[in-house]
Amino acid sequence: MTIREIAGILDAKWLCCEEEADREVRYAFASDMMSDVLAHVGEDTMILTGLINSQSVRTAEMLDVPCLIFVRGKIPHKDAIQRAEMIGLPTLLTGCSMFESCGRLYAAGMGAFKLEEYNGEGGNDDD
Amino acid sequence: MMTIKETFPVTAGDMTCAGDVSARIKRQMKQVGVPAAVMRRVSVGTYEAEINLVIHSLGGQIDYEMTEEKITIRVVDNGPGIPDLKKAMTEGWSTASNEVRNMGFGAGMGLPNMKRNADEFQIESTVGVGTDITMVFNI
Ligand SMILES: Nc1ncnc2c1ncn2[C@@H]1O[C@H](COP(=O)(O)OP(=O)(O)O)[C@@H](O)[C@H]1O
Ligand SMILES: [Mg+2]
Repeated sequence: MTIREIAGILDAKWLCCEEEADREVRYAFASDMMSDVLAHVGEDTMILTGLINSQSVRTAEMLDVPCLIFVRGKIPHKDAIQRAEMIGLPTLLTGCSMFESCGRLYAAGMGAFKLEEYNGEGGNDDD
Repeated sequence: MMTIKETFPVTAGDMTCAGDVSARIKRQMKQVGVPAAVMRRVSVGTYEAEINLVIHSLGGQIDYEMTEEKITIRVVDNGPGIPDLKKAMTEGWSTASNEVRNMGFGAGMGLPNMKRNADEFQIESTVGVGTDITMVFNI
């Protein structure tokens, strides 16, 4: 689906790069821990996070993700929005909780990025 | 044959700049047209290493070398070193403070992420001296 559709589903407000609204997003990954994002996010995957400092934008930048969504209505730090603008990363803010954001997107047909099969040991992912 | 080489210092404790070196390296890769999948693996490995220098070490440096075949990232710091490497390499094991966790790091996935993304991964660490990591990525 496009970022424009995603914005509608989440009643989200654009923080920057609205001109990229027609970009396609295939998968979503949600976490407040950036190492989990770095471990699991692949191509065409957008990030949902409650982490409002600039590390969330830097993480998105490293992975070249199509879009970044801040949840729970928490307004990101100024330097985070500035960096998103600078690198041309479509960034939105929704008042929905993480749970509700994921629920709405899942119900609308958004896919989960397939994790490697759980092997019964290690890790304590909270996504 | 083309070789690009550069060294970047990384300051301990400064979370606002953490990621600057990785972003610069990524920009260089983009300029010379490194394939997106390779660029992503190098970026993830370098960023995790850079964050570790900021949150766990006393400071250090990142060396970046690119040839037509491979990209080598070497990360050397000035201590304190890692007492138990096996534990440190375990997914989920972390000594990060709550402050670091609130910044989105400290999930204990950094070293495993580096290892998973690199084609070759080497780590040596001596308590009181420092940690020395080499990651090689084939293009
Ligand atoms: N450069 C370093 N200097 C000292 N200790 C380190 C360094 N890198 C990693 N460590 C130790 O190894 C642990 C695991 O590192 P990592 O896998 O990156 O997870 P995290 O950074 O989330 O704690 C850290 O919590 C820390 O105790
Ligand atoms: Mg780490």
